Amino acid sequence: MAIRCVASRKTLAGLKETSSRLLGFRGVQTFTLPDLPYDYGALEPAISGEIMQIHHQKHHQAYVTNYNNALEQLDQAVNKGDASTVVKLQSAIKFNGGGHVNHSIFWKNLAPVNEGGGEPPKGSLGSAIDTHFGSPEGLVKKMSAEGAAVQGSGWVWLGLDKELKKLVVDTTANQDPLVTKGGSLVPLVGIDVWEHAYYLQYKNVRPEYLKNVWKVINWKYASEVYEKECN
Amino acid sequence: MAASSAVTANYVLKPPPYALDALEPHMSKQTLEFHWGKHHRAYVENLKKQVLGTELEGKPLEHIIHSTYNNGELLPAFNNAAQAWNHEFFWESMKPGGGGKPSGELLALLERDFTSYEKFYEEFNAAAATQFGAGWAWLAYANDKLKVVKTPNAVNPLVLGSFPLLTIDVWEHAYYLDFQNRRPDYIKTFMTNLVSWEAVSARLEAAKAASSSSS
Repeated sequence: MAIRCVASRKTLAGLKETSSRLLGFRGVQTFTLPDLPYDYGALEPAISGEIMQIHHQKHHQAYVTNYNNALEQLDQAVNKGDASTVVKLQSAIKFNGGGHVNHSIFWKNLAPVNEGGGEPPKGSLGSAIDTHFGSPEGLVKKMSAEGAAVQGSGWVWLGLDKELKKLVVDTTANQDPLVTKGGSLVPLVGIDVWEHAYYLQYKNVRPEYLKNVWKVINWKYASEVYEKECN
Repeated sequence: MAASSAVTANYVLKPPPYALDALEPHMSKQTLEFHWGKHHRAYVENLKKQVLGTELEGKPLEHIIHSTYNNGELLPAFNNAAQAWNHEFFWESMKPGGGGKPSGELLALLERDFTSYEKFYEEFNAAAATQFGAGWAWLAYANDKLKVVKTPNAVNPLVLGSFPLLTIDVWEHAYYLDFQNRRPDYIKTFMTNLVSWEAVSARLEAAKAASSSSS
């Protein structure tokens, strides 16, 4: 493109930015906080409305905001060929992007009791759970134990290993998404065991939170994901 | 408590050097009741159970911390041992009517190693605010220099080869009842109203003495 020879670097960068916005590619997609499909108080008494509001409006929102900022900075660093900054930004992307990914799944993993929250898994996921864990109770016991044992902050997951075609229970630290434990892992159910997920209501008694959260787990959503991945 | 002296071999839950409501309104009685009364207590009780009947039983706490740190490949008792130590150190890092700027030799050293108290504050604040997930921010002393470090989960400067002088707990349980998600407000309150510079100075003296006696 002839213009490249005469335009100054600054002009070129400006042109690039404008053209990418106009053309819609190489621009940075901005993420937004997803709405909850239920009211903040709808998961009571298992999870208080106070926790749901702060968790969604403050914690998840902060991950979204910081993720967008990190992506913006990454875009600039990539365009400048600043490898050092690109590498430096990876932890902010992992923390905040992971936080956004994980919480977006979490809100769908929960449902009010009158919308199916707590109803045991049925269909092919229900059968798979029976096969791999003996029963839904067996799975719950395992996940609750592993969730309680997470030291510091993290998540406990029920995942599908697409390659091995089996269900797995695993934990991740901080906001690491499940895929960081294995490229073929698809999250079906994630339970947030960061203290912010339960502290105002359950204080230090994480096992009590883990006992009660199952009453609002949305197995219908997990089944949909499972069936989609299996086909 | 001196910076590097071993806490007693009996793994005691020592009460803070003030009443549980003495830090109000900056840190609530409710927070102390849970943070000291439940979290810290659990680390001590669980540590005792964990070392019972093992070669670690009866060893000084710092010995357990070093050997279970295991160069980063943490052994099971590390979490409880280090957290028991960290929390006792944390309570003693605060006092009623604390906070603000230190004076004397401590201020001189902060100015020497950070160029100003304000720069130290900025660095300490940033470390505490950006420690992702659970952890701690520290002022530490090593090789005759003061530095700010942040550590994840139960890790502390002892295992990194420096003398801890000051700490702020940034696990969510440390501030959630009083500040919810607002960790920056908690850090500001800690620095403005809670830090015991007397404790920090005493630890610095002990660290300098321990350094010179070993060199």
